[in-house]
Amino acid sequence: MSEMFANLALGFGVALTLKNIALCFTGCLVGTLIGVLPGVGPIATIAMLLPITFGLDPVGALIMLAGIYYGAQYGGSTTAILVNIPGEATSVVTTLDGHQMAKQGRAGVALGTAALASFFAGTVATMVIAALGAPLTKLALLFGPAEYFSLMVMGLCFAVVLARGSILKAFCMIMLGLLLSTVGTDLETGQERMTFGFPPLSDGIDFAVLAMGVFGFAEVLRNLENPETRDVVRTKIGRLLPNWDDIKQSIAPVLRGTSVGAILGILPGNGAVLGPFASYTIEKKIAKDPSRFGKGAIEGVAGPEAANNAGAQTAFIPLLTLGIPPNAVMALMVGAMTIHGIIPGPQVMTKNPDLFWGMIASMWIGNLMLLVINLPLVGVWVKLLQVPYRLMFPAILIFCSIGIYSVNNQPVDVAFTALFGLFGYLLIKLGFEPAPMLLGFVLGKLMEEKLRQALIISRGSFLTFIERPISAGLLLVAVAILVIALLPSMSKKREEVFTE
Amino acid sequence: MKKLALSLAAALALALPAQAQSKYPERPITMIVPFAAGGPTDIIARIVSENMSKTLGQQIVVENVAGAGGTTGIARALTATPDGYTIAMGHLGTFSAAPATYPGLKYDPINGMQTIGLAGGTPILIVAKKNFEPKDLKEFVTYVKTNTDKVNEAHAGVGSVSWTTCTLLKGQLGVPKLNSVAYRGTGPALNDLVSGQIDFMCDQIVSVAEQVKAGTIKAYAIASVQRSPALPDVPTTKEAGLPEYQIEAWNGIAAPKGMPKEAVDKLVAALDKALNDETVKKRLLDLGTVLPTAEERTPAGFAALIKRDADKLSPVLAAAPKQ
Repeated sequence: MSEMFANLALGFGVALTLKNIALCFTGCLVGTLIGVLPGVGPIATIAMLLPITFGLDPVGALIMLAGIYYGAQYGGSTTAILVNIPGEATSVVTTLDGHQMAKQGRAGVALGTAALASFFAGTVATMVIAALGAPLTKLALLFGPAEYFSLMVMGLCFAVVLARGSILKAFCMIMLGLLLSTVGTDLETGQERMTFGFPPLSDGIDFAVLAMGVFGFAEVLRNLENPETRDVVRTKIGRLLPNWDDIKQSIAPVLRGTSVGAILGILPGNGAVLGPFASYTIEKKIAKDPSRFGKGAIEGVAGPEAANNAGAQTAFIPLLTLGIPPNAVMALMVGAMTIHGIIPGPQVMTKNPDLFWGMIASMWIGNLMLLVINLPLVGVWVKLLQVPYRLMFPAILIFCSIGIYSVNNQPVDVAFTALFGLFGYLLIKLGFEPAPMLLGFVLGKLMEEKLRQALIISRGSFLTFIERPISAGLLLVAVAILVIALLPSMSKKREEVFTE
Repeated sequence: MKKLALSLAAALALALPAQAQSKYPERPITMIVPFAAGGPTDIIARIVSENMSKTLGQQIVVENVAGAGGTTGIARALTATPDGYTIAMGHLGTFSAAPATYPGLKYDPINGMQTIGLAGGTPILIVAKKNFEPKDLKEFVTYVKTNTDKVNEAHAGVGSVSWTTCTLLKGQLGVPKLNSVAYRGTGPALNDLVSGQIDFMCDQIVSVAEQVKAGTIKAYAIASVQRSPALPDVPTTKEAGLPEYQIEAWNGIAAPKGMPKEAVDKLVAALDKALNDETVKKRLLDLGTVLPTAEERTPAGFAALIKRDADKLSPVLAAAPKQ
């Protein structure tokens, strides 16, 4: 325990340098900005900003990128409440009661409750990461290639089950991601695979190229076809701080939301997205008068907002301790770490303690900043919601292209990004979600590597995955979750959760 | 319009001879680093080029062109106009090992490029998991030779420094077909070495020194003539009984063949000055780098080093099983 506080002290020492505070602030501000603007998500933004971080040291770069991520969670709620458009996938639930509150002239209270709930949840989640980081890293030493492989299989099964929309489509997207990841030079033999003799493909598809194309470019294309109709609340925002009655009503939902969100966030396969849904369902179930929900119930804002922020932060745990990204944003963080020469995994904590603890400390500082950025600046964000797309989109595209070119200084990368942009647009049109593909793409490289390592070490015996107890356990969980999800009664319930 | 074109041509005609007389360098120089930013070669390139820029009076801009074990970037640099404005920082892999590793290589590091000089060398260590049976290098050699079906070796992918140097070791020990496990980078390989999933690997001292000091892995020997100040307890291969295993992962500067002598001389002098600078020296030594000798800082000395290591590596690499 005292070790944990010593570590946190080290972390705050790193995070509280003037430069890192400035970077954290920049990250939070940019994050809020893109969270507020519907259409541009944290995945696209982090992908776009990756090249810009080259000039920074790794700690500062990751502090800023992390800030963008959880900043977007805050910003997303603002749009959800004021415009009835979820700025982020995790703030979908907030639209239900948040926007109703805004219509009743309680926009300020809704925004204030969301921000305070998020801050509380963020603080708790930071403590959870600090407490669980060290023991989980020790656990990681029990993990050999076979265990890592099984863990990723389990993660992908979760990702399939938790994805929005059809299970079959999510499965297809993950498979496509896995396939794309095998393009390039074979690690063991040095043979080129699926490159069609085209030299730029010999190193495989660049992660930034794929991410920026499918998320950045494709999102812009998709937004272009929607006419600009935004139902911005015209009424006054009103007082921001919730009164005593509001607080009394919110405390229990915030506590429940925080625990649910924190637990789901650790799960591989984007459990964080599920947090707000779960919290909302719980609140509605145990409420004395469930009919109030959907008509501006403050519990329906407080619980899910706490859950989404807690989940957003605990999602860093698998990344920082095992080096395995649980969702697409974390996959981007893996890319960022690799670009800066840090190999994500259990070594990070011992080899780069300043990075590990600095990032954790900066998360708490960032949450505090977000509280400050969000509440007094609400007016600014509302104005921003009125920037026309015709100004925003060309700027985004130019920015993307410059960024992608500067990764490897290869013009062909820009062309590839454009191609993936078109491809991503096609996917969206056909109702396929691209996020599982990105996760599959990142995990694919790792999975292949681990699979082959495990098999080489076991001299080619597949039994190694079942003979090793941890590996067998993980595979068992994977099978169980698939079976449960495919049971007719469950799949019906699953649809209900996602349509609600 | 025609008038404008004419006057432009006249201006150009006037300007050209003036340019030919002027001193090199008169605009920024591009240094291509064939790996991603943040890697060992990139760090050395940035440390050295920053000081060289001051000497030359023009900025050296580091451009990272990664791909195919570094050969994409080197190929681009070596096919550029040989005017001294495009140079490259390559290493053991791209200059000495690449011809044997990549059959379709688009450049010839022995006859087809202008060497400038060596920037620094990094010793290679033979390391193993801490409870690996053999106690010293001699036992290790016998153990590996008699247990070829049990021992697992790790490396960071075909073409990497760890793969190249370990393939040399296995070739010299006469066990080229030893079970070898590929990782994406030495970081993940080191993880599995610490947790005992694999038995041994060869890697640069920079990557493994911390773990050896902490006792989470053990080092059998350092493949250099002298012990390293970073790990004074680790014997050299010569002391430990495998004198023929001598290999270093070095980084050095080269340029396209046929560039003006003036440019070569200026770059060589600037590199030498950088390597004598106290701050540069300190930063390189902190990385575990061995500073190059006076001979290795010259084009001829660097070319000789490339040739020597190429001759040493080519037969083993060509014979290495590609599975």
